[in-house]
Amino acid sequence: MRIPCPICGERDRREFYYKGAAVALDRPGPDAGEAAWDAYVYLRENPAGRTRELWYHEGGCGAWLVVTRDTVSHEIFGAELAGEADV
Amino acid sequence: MRVAGKGLLAGARPVTFSFDGVRYRGLEGDTLASALLANGVRLVGRSFKYHRPRGVLTAGSEEPNALLTIGRGAGQEPNVRATVQEIYDGLEARSQNRWPSLGFDLLSVNDLAAPFLGAGFYYKTFMWPKSFWEKVYEPLIRRSAGLGALSREANPDRYEKAFAFCDVLVIGGGPAGLMAALAAGRAGADVILADEDARMGGRALAESWEIGGRSAHLWVDDVLAELAAMENVRLMPRTCVVGAYDQGTYGALERVGQHLPRSGSARPVECFWRIVARRAVLAAGALERPVAFRNNDRPGIMMAGAVRAYLNRWGVAPGRRVAVFGNNDDAHRTARDLVAAGVHVAGLIDSRHDAPRARDFRVWRGAVVCDSAGRKGLENITIRTARGKEKLQADCLAMSGGWNPSVHLACHMNGRPVWRRDIAAFVPLPGAVPGLEAVGAANGAFSTAACLREGAEAGARAAEALGFGAAVPDLPEAEDDPCRIAPLWSVPGRGRAWLDFQNDVTVKDVKQAAAENFRSVEHMKRYTTQGMATDQGKNSNVAALAVLADATGRSIPETGTTTFRPPYSPVSIAALGAGAQGKGFAPERFSTSHAASVEHGAPMIEAGLWYRPSYFPKPGETHWRQSCDREVRMVREAVGVCDVSTLGKIDLQGPDVGAFLDFVYTNTFSTLKVGRVRYGLMLREDGFVMDDGTCARLGENRWLMTTTTAAAGEVMRHLEWVHQALRPDLDLRFVSVTEQWAQFAVAGPKARELLNGLLDAPLAQADWPFMACGAVSVLGVRGRLFRISFSGEQGYEIAVPARFGDSLFRELVARAEALGGGPYGMEALNVLRIEKGFITHAEIHGRTTAYDIGMQGMVSEKKDCIGKTLSQRAGLMDPDRERLVGLKPVGAVKQITAGAHLFNRGEAPVRVNDQGYVTSVGFSPTLGHMIGLAFLRRGPERIGEVVRLVDHLRGIDTECEVVNPVFYDPEGGRMRG
Repeated sequence: MRIPCPICGERDRREFYYKGAAVALDRPGPDAGEAAWDAYVYLRENPAGRTRELWYHEGGCGAWLVVTRDTVSHEIFGAELAGEADV
Repeated sequence: MRVAGKGLLAGARPVTFSFDGVRYRGLEGDTLASALLANGVRLVGRSFKYHRPRGVLTAGSEEPNALLTIGRGAGQEPNVRATVQEIYDGLEARSQNRWPSLGFDLLSVNDLAAPFLGAGFYYKTFMWPKSFWEKVYEPLIRRSAGLGALSREANPDRYEKAFAFCDVLVIGGGPAGLMAALAAGRAGADVILADEDARMGGRALAESWEIGGRSAHLWVDDVLAELAAMENVRLMPRTCVVGAYDQGTYGALERVGQHLPRSGSARPVECFWRIVARRAVLAAGALERPVAFRNNDRPGIMMAGAVRAYLNRWGVAPGRRVAVFGNNDDAHRTARDLVAAGVHVAGLIDSRHDAPRARDFRVWRGAVVCDSAGRKGLENITIRTARGKEKLQADCLAMSGGWNPSVHLACHMNGRPVWRRDIAAFVPLPGAVPGLEAVGAANGAFSTAACLREGAEAGARAAEALGFGAAVPDLPEAEDDPCRIAPLWSVPGRGRAWLDFQNDVTVKDVKQAAAENFRSVEHMKRYTTQGMATDQGKNSNVAALAVLADATGRSIPETGTTTFRPPYSPVSIAALGAGAQGKGFAPERFSTSHAASVEHGAPMIEAGLWYRPSYFPKPGETHWRQSCDREVRMVREAVGVCDVSTLGKIDLQGPDVGAFLDFVYTNTFSTLKVGRVRYGLMLREDGFVMDDGTCARLGENRWLMTTTTAAAGEVMRHLEWVHQALRPDLDLRFVSVTEQWAQFAVAGPKARELLNGLLDAPLAQADWPFMACGAVSVLGVRGRLFRISFSGEQGYEIAVPARFGDSLFRELVARAEALGGGPYGMEALNVLRIEKGFITHAEIHGRTTAYDIGMQGMVSEKKDCIGKTLSQRAGLMDPDRERLVGLKPVGAVKQITAGAHLFNRGEAPVRVNDQGYVTSVGFSPTLGHMIGLAFLRRGPERIGEVVRLVDHLRGIDTECEVVNPVFYDPEGGRMRG
């Protein structure tokens, strides 16, 4: 698998660390309530198809990325820096 | 035997090799199979289950029968296909799966027991007694059925792996692949042309037809010469592309040195390649399929295309009197080539009533071969026609059931192949592997002209798609015969007709699977084992599913194929794991004191990738405990030196570091003054403890964080996550400086005395209180000093740039020894910290909270931080949780072991009564008994209580008193003093 790092270019997935769904970007406030926090930390969709997920270019530039990927075909549609991605 | 004037090996150097101890001569360029056939050797192996005599069936990597063991001793390699292995001087090959010899194999009694050994016989026969399975049945089955064996010694051979990148990867160097490479190469694209054969050309080397008005192999030579001259083209012969993966990644196995003697060769045996290609052209050709008829597995019965290959490429006639059996026009070429070469053709049997006639040999039209005879090789065949049966003498039968396009790679990403009725074969589903286009025979285009055209067009298309101005090269003239075939999978009749030669699966086995309701092709495969082992059913899959389709009353496309998975051809584990043996298994990280520690005789232990000294033995010490106890006392009474460089060090700079630290640590850091250090606790977002460590404020905008050795990488990743994803608004930058600084703990009552001799300015107690930090000059080197302690003694950590680490460590040790101290290792460090109740990852193992370790007070109420909200869930603050305590032995057995569980006195030591568990233990020379840290239900409320400790694994059952986890100097006076 090849991931297009916006900083380094396309790289082998072995250079990356995987974190999970990009939901983690949307951190609730301290008082958002139990349901919001439960959803943030524990609840994840398991989509067959397009998904947005977090990868860390640990063996490269150190950037956290949001990668849009199809879980069925493994097609990668693009990657953007986590700090610039839509929540 | 060789046929004078035939083949492409004219003038080749003679080569001597041996098979089962007999020496033979072959020619350079021979495979083991062609050389054995040239020497008249037909019997080369015994079949997997029935131990039937078997000979060479094919001329390629799909070979199911001719599996041999090459070499001797530690590096011997089993299951090497004789059709792939090139011969070299001194090559030693042995047959497999026979005893005592290939000619006389006692286990061929299995063949007589065949009625009982059909599909599923293991499952039906070896039912009881149950205990016999592992001890009796399985070893028995494994001994009697099987392939070759490894030497069971370490492999002395060298393997490699490598990466390659290209614009266009062309898989297969036959006419289609050559044209594709030519088109893409001429356009200027970076091209890799990989072919599994030692010599490129594919069927162009195996057939007698012409390309561009000349012998096909001469055309191949010209194209290869042009490609070799292009700087943007890389030719990779002996390289089998074995798998297609995501985003244009391909796996390939190159036989780098397998065709050469092992001894004295500097080459690796094989190299595993990862090739990343923007476009790929699959020109892998097609594989001919056998026809199932009674006793169709006798040595001498071969694929028709293989017979032509041996004749036209290697100049070898596999028999003196050859019969041909087929259901398609292509089979007729075999008879024509043999006649032209002067080999006697006994006749051609074609199942089609409208088969073409021939002048030079007899053709039985509308007839089939229904049986064969011959003890260890073919002697005659039985032909069945409308008029009845007749026998025909032949020592070789060339059979052809048509050709299966090599669709495998096109199916590696879940794409199922598509059935084409007109050619009675599966072809690749276009687009099933993004960026890959199948052409030529692999795409079901069987004529040479079609192969050349499809290859040229695909090569040009691939280059054009990548922005190269490409033109389709001129197409040379070539045969364009239509593919005429009438499906024939198996010849009806009694007896066993083989489908899968490698696994001894017959038509009857497949029908039986269907009868027992294993109707899905995937179930049939697993029940009969059809399609398994080294050839993965390349010869048998389509025929087997055709038989299954017939038996279940479905069409072939309805029945479908099994899943195609990499690798296309066997890949040795040695190649996949190349470089990962011994020292290559994992990187080794050495601290700057490594050499000095080893010189001191310290046994080094692994701590993640790091190596750290366990203890520093002194003369006369015979047990690690003696050294450890001495080192602990040394720190408590004088001074000890310990390398702590392996702790993660992160340099943070910027105006917002304080705010950032407030967010990642549970406690407040922004209020920390310059020149001070603070202990901090980090949580995961789910509220459990991630790591702990200290953070020093070196300047207004500069901080230095330390992490534990184990979690250094995790914390760095976490900080990057928090900064980049959650708090990009904060203005700071940070970088790991773990490797840049060597840092040593100097601990003990004489620590200050030691340092005062070393630092260029003496330490004033008033300037260096507990938890102070700052810049110092160490013998003229700019360093840093931290007044922190992990031992509970007056402690400092002194840091210098890593290049000074070795000399500073030696200097510190020498000075410590002069003061009655010395170096201490991990064992003593561990005892010292347990005596103080300091935690490590033995305690913060991912399931403990700040509350569990008694640090709930460190979670600041004034601010938000990672993990804060969820750490306050009722369940994580429940007093009934297992919480940190100390343990002191009071039972008859004065022992505490890590991993032991705690129970209430008088209760059975079973899971439901579990009260907690021990995490860290050590013998405290300071206190004179063992001590332990443990997590105990309602622990802090139970100080003074006696609990039962049971270690089920080590058989220990004793009692302990629950005590405060800080065993030593609970007020901390020694640390602050």
